[in-house]
Amino acid sequence: MKSKFQQTLHAVALTAVLATLGTGAALAQSKPWHDIGRDAKPAEIKAWDIDVRPDFKGLPKGSGSVSLGEEVWEGKCASCHGTFGESNEVFTPIVGGTTKADIERGRVKNLEEGSSYPQKTTMMKVATVSTLWDYINRAMPWNAPKSLSTDEVYGVVAYILNLAEVVPADYVLSDQNIADVQKRMPNRNGMVFYEPLWRVDGKGDVKNVACMKDCPTDAKIRSSLPGFARDAHGNIQEQNRVIGPVRGADTTKPAPTAPLTQKISVAAPVVLAQAAGGSDAKALLNSNSCTACHGVNSKIVGPGFNEVAAKHKDKAGLQAYLIDKIKNGGAGVYGAIPMPAQPQVSDADATAIAAWIAAGAK
Amino acid sequence: MSKDLSEVIGRVLPAPENHLSPELLDQARKARRSFMGKALAMGAGAVASTAAATKALAAEGEDAILKLPEHTTGLGQPVAALGYGQPSKWEANLQRRESPGLTRVSQASVSFTPLQGVFGIITPSGLHFERHHQGWWDIDPSKHRLMVHGDDGMIKRPRVFTMDDLMRLPSVSRIHFIECGANSAPEWGNVALPSVQYTHGMVSCSEFTGVLLSTLLEMCGIDKKKAKYVLAEGADGSSMTRTIPLDRAMDDVIVAWGMNGEMLRPENGYPLRLVVPGIQGVSWVKYLRRIEVGDQKWATKDEAVHYIDHMPDGTHRQYTGIQECKSVITTPSGSQTLLDRGYYNITGLAWSGRGTIKRVDVSVDGGRNWRTARLEGPVLPKALTRFNIDWVWDGKPAILQSRAIDSTGYVQPKINQLRAVRGTKSIYHQNAIQSWLVSENGEVSNVQVY
Repeated sequence: MKSKFQQTLHAVALTAVLATLGTGAALAQSKPWHDIGRDAKPAEIKAWDIDVRPDFKGLPKGSGSVSLGEEVWEGKCASCHGTFGESNEVFTPIVGGTTKADIERGRVKNLEEGSSYPQKTTMMKVATVSTLWDYINRAMPWNAPKSLSTDEVYGVVAYILNLAEVVPADYVLSDQNIADVQKRMPNRNGMVFYEPLWRVDGKGDVKNVACMKDCPTDAKIRSSLPGFARDAHGNIQEQNRVIGPVRGADTTKPAPTAPLTQKISVAAPVVLAQAAGGSDAKALLNSNSCTACHGVNSKIVGPGFNEVAAKHKDKAGLQAYLIDKIKNGGAGVYGAIPMPAQPQVSDADATAIAAWIAAGAK
Repeated sequence: MSKDLSEVIGRVLPAPENHLSPELLDQARKARRSFMGKALAMGAGAVASTAAATKALAAEGEDAILKLPEHTTGLGQPVAALGYGQPSKWEANLQRRESPGLTRVSQASVSFTPLQGVFGIITPSGLHFERHHQGWWDIDPSKHRLMVHGDDGMIKRPRVFTMDDLMRLPSVSRIHFIECGANSAPEWGNVALPSVQYTHGMVSCSEFTGVLLSTLLEMCGIDKKKAKYVLAEGADGSSMTRTIPLDRAMDDVIVAWGMNGEMLRPENGYPLRLVVPGIQGVSWVKYLRRIEVGDQKWATKDEAVHYIDHMPDGTHRQYTGIQECKSVITTPSGSQTLLDRGYYNITGLAWSGRGTIKRVDVSVDGGRNWRTARLEGPVLPKALTRFNIDWVWDGKPAILQSRAIDSTGYVQPKINQLRAVRGTKSIYHQNAIQSWLVSENGEVSNVQVY
């Protein structure tokens, strides 16, 4: 015979269970904020759900040939990545370092110990062809992401794969044959998953012990910054506070040779000069990505601005000519690599940049 | 030095327009026992604590006290002269900076937090490190949307939220560090960088405010049996995507709009970013527009080509994301110069992506002997933790190191221990003990010692 108290407890518990069931299966629905927001419409999900997984879930139907890809590449990709995806000027190279033997094995020899290959190219590393498709579709071209058609994305992927000798020059890549191409990716077997560095409760792969006294070390300096790199990051004196227990070292000068034996209390603060005047155009060059391809005084992919200014010195209507080149691109004036159109540069910025170049790019 | 030193004896030269040159400093060091040397130091605006210098210092005291400055005798600025306050002009040296040569395109680059000059554990928002993959934007928050949806019915109720919606929801405010997976990357092989800004400046720590991702996933009816992963995606041109394990997503991940009491800065993802405590910064997707729930990992570009660990056998570890326990001394640190012998408060930062900092030990003899530092509160999970320890510099060369231990018992490793497992070709997840050499000349430099 249960006590009255126990019976009461049972009744309370049962009531609670019934109450939960009665208000619906999902606990969330009992939350008072449950209806904040609105349902997503199918067309909205379709517009944003652009990701493509390694099993090709999300890959839209379509196709593109190597030659279509080459056409797109020359107009929109080569200026940064080089005609053959080999350029190391703006970004790390996409193509190079893989062999036919790698394609057979699915592992890239040049990633192994003892390789003297100087780069780790995208094609050396990437194991999944879906990654190339997804990324080019979502983020390329650099200054106009998501502007390629589905077939153009297939074409550009096909072109890269052809450069890496994964597919022949007459190949047409499509949603139907991309799984076959996956089986020829040079580094398809080169990825491992090490779960302890993915799970927060994992145990790391490197062990140290917290020795406190007479610990095993010869305290030998194995590596230090070479003298020539002393000012490679500018004057560190101008990167430290002007008060406190320490100062930044003046890295524009050699290190002092004598020991410090007496207090040095530097009263005159070294405060970095604020951004120099006349830098407005240069700020625009940065904010509009012009400096990705052009140095002020040096060629990168395209000519230096000084070279442009010198070439067209005294040209009539130079500013208008330059605005046109900025907005609409050009080819053949400074070599084979074309300058893509830059529609994202506002008219005001294009005018200011053109005026600055026309005035000598200084 | 063109000026005859005898000219400066016994009187105060006006402070040089720019600064005390290294030649002057060097001369002052060399001439330390001579009257002239002391006078030289004096003449450059220095105060030496010797009898001779005291003589040079006017008997009555120093001008900084005796001559009332303009700010004591004049009228100052009005309120609201700056609608949004700025740091003192004297602090202009503490700025985010790029590392020359690290990247060639400033829209796909990094700027580093000046850790050598920040105090405590909170990084001022304007000094928070930046990493952009395709440039940053200042997005109209009234037009920003967050979509939550899933594959194959894993989200029963796909939803769209405006910023108004999100900011109505129950929110949390939590202090967490964010560290780029590539922080300290250039030093896997050898010393490459001069100062702590560049060796460790891709870590920052802020108080983030937002709604827990688990709240949103529950609201949208997540099927926790079928769902295994979450994909986060940004609204910028790069539309950054990263796979996040569901157990993380349902734990402490925040969909954040607030940072240090104000809205996120545009460079840090205004108006919405993901906060994934303990996980490398690339997963903290900025300009967050979409959360997708699925049952397979996505192998996106930044988890299939970058942010992968190149191992000695030629394989790459994919999906490593935990920022393991790490620490660094921020003062004295690389390319700083000590101004005197004697007492210093060695100070630095420690953090762990797996929990709280339990202990930090400091060595001043290159790792032979260690003392335990003071942890300054608060000591919070997956947050920067400040440590301090007393040190008296005797003028001899010293090698400063810090070694953090987290709540799991993991001890921050030495660089050779990391290399023994992961080789030298890796770029990411370098959490080795940092060594700073204090030379007899008072300069501190970056060295590797183990």
